[in-house]
Amino acid sequence: MPETTTAAAVTGDSPADGPVGKGPSTGRAGGRRIAFARLRDLALVPAIIVIAVVGQVVNPVFLQADNLINILQTMSEIAVLVLAQTLVLIVKKMDLSLESTVGLAPGVAAWLTVPVGAGHGLGLLPGGWSVPVTLAVGVLIGVLNALFIIRFGLHGFIVTLGMLIVLRGILTGISGGQTFFRLPESMLYLGTTQWFGVPASVWLCLVLFAIGIVVLGFTGFGRSLYAIGGNVDAAKAAGIRTDRVLWIVIVTASLLAALGGLLLSGRLASVASAQGNGYIFTVFAAAVIGGISLNGGKGTMFGAFTGILLLFMIQNVLTLGGVPAQWIGALNGTIILIALALSRVTGGKAQE
Amino acid sequence: MREMAATAPVAEATGITKRFGSTVALHEASIRIEAGQTHALVGRNGAGKSTLVSVLTGLQPPDEGAVRFGGEPAPRPADRDAWRQRVACVYQKSTIIPELTVAENLFLNRHDRGRGGLISWKTVRDRARELLDTWSVDVDVRTLAKELDVERRQFVEIARALSFGARFIVLDEPTAQLDAAAINRLFARINDLQQQGVTFLFISHHLQEVYEICDTVTVFRDARHILTATVDELPRAELVAAMTGEAAAGAGAARRGPSTDAADVLKVDGASLPGAYEDVSFRIRAGEIVGLAGAASSGRIEIAETVVGLRTAARGTVEIAGSRPKPGSVPAALEAGAGFVPQDRHHQGLVPEMSIADNATLTIPERIGRAGFIDGELRDGFARSAIGKLAIKTPGPELPVSGLSGGNQQKVVMARALANDPALLVLINPTAGVDVRSKEFLLGKVEEIAESGTGVLIASDELDDLRLCDRVLVVFQGRVVAETARGWHDHQLVAAMEGVDLDA
Repeated sequence: MPETTTAAAVTGDSPADGPVGKGPSTGRAGGRRIAFARLRDLALVPAIIVIAVVGQVVNPVFLQADNLINILQTMSEIAVLVLAQTLVLIVKKMDLSLESTVGLAPGVAAWLTVPVGAGHGLGLLPGGWSVPVTLAVGVLIGVLNALFIIRFGLHGFIVTLGMLIVLRGILTGISGGQTFFRLPESMLYLGTTQWFGVPASVWLCLVLFAIGIVVLGFTGFGRSLYAIGGNVDAAKAAGIRTDRVLWIVIVTASLLAALGGLLLSGRLASVASAQGNGYIFTVFAAAVIGGISLNGGKGTMFGAFTGILLLFMIQNVLTLGGVPAQWIGALNGTIILIALALSRVTGGKAQE
Repeated sequence: MREMAATAPVAEATGITKRFGSTVALHEASIRIEAGQTHALVGRNGAGKSTLVSVLTGLQPPDEGAVRFGGEPAPRPADRDAWRQRVACVYQKSTIIPELTVAENLFLNRHDRGRGGLISWKTVRDRARELLDTWSVDVDVRTLAKELDVERRQFVEIARALSFGARFIVLDEPTAQLDAAAINRLFARINDLQQQGVTFLFISHHLQEVYEICDTVTVFRDARHILTATVDELPRAELVAAMTGEAAAGAGAARRGPSTDAADVLKVDGASLPGAYEDVSFRIRAGEIVGLAGAASSGRIEIAETVVGLRTAARGTVEIAGSRPKPGSVPAALEAGAGFVPQDRHHQGLVPEMSIADNATLTIPERIGRAGFIDGELRDGFARSAIGKLAIKTPGPELPVSGLSGGNQQKVVMARALANDPALLVLINPTAGVDVRSKEFLLGKVEEIAESGTGVLIASDELDDLRLCDRVLVVFQGRVVAETARGWHDHQLVAAMEGVDLDA
């Protein structure tokens, strides 16, 4: 985003640049396209405003601070996954196993730290170990994924689909299909604490996205992600160490998923054996609606954020509107499909 | 000739041998490129040109031999930066990242940092603008690279190469995808840069271009260096002989041409497509070869594509062999008796991972099986006969076409166009990116097909393609502006294609 937005700003204030491009027509067309590219980035902002207005009409509670914070908090865990998936998609890979990492990483931590007698806990480690264990499991899963995808050159889709099933199975195995309760204090901290009257998970999520925006837009590392996703041979020719960047991206994504799982377990004070199941569709949908291309090299972190925000606002409006909980799933899926179709129309180009 | 041998050559490779498995790609090859020259490297496909380029640019270390730049030994293979400061190559395949801006492409992985180590986009853009201004490349640095046409993309790549400090640039078939006007602009640019001390190694299939802009020419054949000579002292026939290893044959024997009472196989009447062409009418008789000449954007390609149903004319009619196929339908046009070689074999012509047999029979499933099932034997038999007829160099029909050279791929496309024994054969740029020998062969085949009573339409700006036509229609800005019979002079036709009136 930064490149295109700042570029558009320049278009506005420097007519003294003189004619650009080969001929006047191409120059102007170029300018318009740049402006358009920037608009694509903000494409969801009008939609978000519309939903806010609709929400307010449906139920005056909608725009109250408590409800807005509630939206941000419920989306914070999955938003971290969207952030992770966005990184992976930009380098033209994909990671389906993020949703099972959300369950398994805190699941392993709970398994090792929850005292014997409470569910399937082993009580092998003191409670203080739970957070490092969660994150370490995330890193380990990322390393395995990267090994298969980069080292053995397998397609990310099939590798992470297999990984998804394995991880989910492991969680079912260690938990005996039951839910871990009585989690150690340190695991609950991030999911329950408030900083300045706003849940810590919301701060964390916002800060991570802010970092994501800066890294992707303003660092050599971030730009190398776009280069790799756009044309990996050209990236290599430009001296980018593509394999190293891919390793970092894939491992970081799993680490972020583990963090998302930690936030979720903290908020719910438990790790269900099905934790995270079904998240991945929402994650992909949010990224694509937010303008991330499944073909790599395209889209911004800000766009991805607006994508997930829009989806959760719609969900909130449905709940406030009194839609029966049993129907939320069906409606949610439908809305995502409609939103995808709309973003295809506004984006103007086919989403391959 | 410019100052020779006074200084060490910009680049010199001596005794280079490179093997890939059992194939020898280069055998004790050498080349010496003097400063400030434009040096042509020519040879048929498989002569070792690309391998030599990757050795010269440090992408592949040679098995034997050495590369020197300005008298100094070449840097270590891993030291990409050092290589980049000495030599750069603009490949046919773009090394530009389409979704990023021109500015970012120029400074990829060496962005300017501002405060806090973050990229300063303003500085990046300013430096990019400065760089493009220095080499007078007229491109807005804020455009996305994918918006550039081939011509400007090449200029940007050349500028990027120069920005690394390289003053020796390899151009790998730079004119393959350009129309005549763009080629002229490219040549003007090459001349300019040459004045400023840049040395070029120019790889091309088009000998005409070699004579136009190069000082020296080196010929490779069968992985070996054959000769190096100044262009002025090397007659064309000798150059062709060096490339093919045999004395050049004279121009093909004169064709008889169609008999005057032959029936029309194509009638185009008053066809118009806004934005592409207007009020186009012409006929082709059985056994006649008609050329449709014009620059890339003249509308000739659109006219040819309309004939075969890839496009729908807004007005007017197309009649093939007495019937009027449904406009805008390729199956209908094929049914009516058209065969078609599309503009770009990579995009429209071939499915690269499918076998030669599958590709050659894509249009005729009904002839190689029954009730929707394909008879593998029948298909392979058909493909084998096509391989024989068109002299496609392959171990067998089951090889994926991606494994063939450009010339042989084009023959597969041709085989498919001929698969349904067409009454009308439509060819768009039939010899683009094809080596000299395959080109001669393909054009000879076209004449043979016409002899057998097929009408042929060739939409091309390649003079060699048009030379065998009985008539050439010149398209300029969407209109047929001239018609010349066989026996035209090159400069007349080129002038007409460019919209220049020589008589005025």
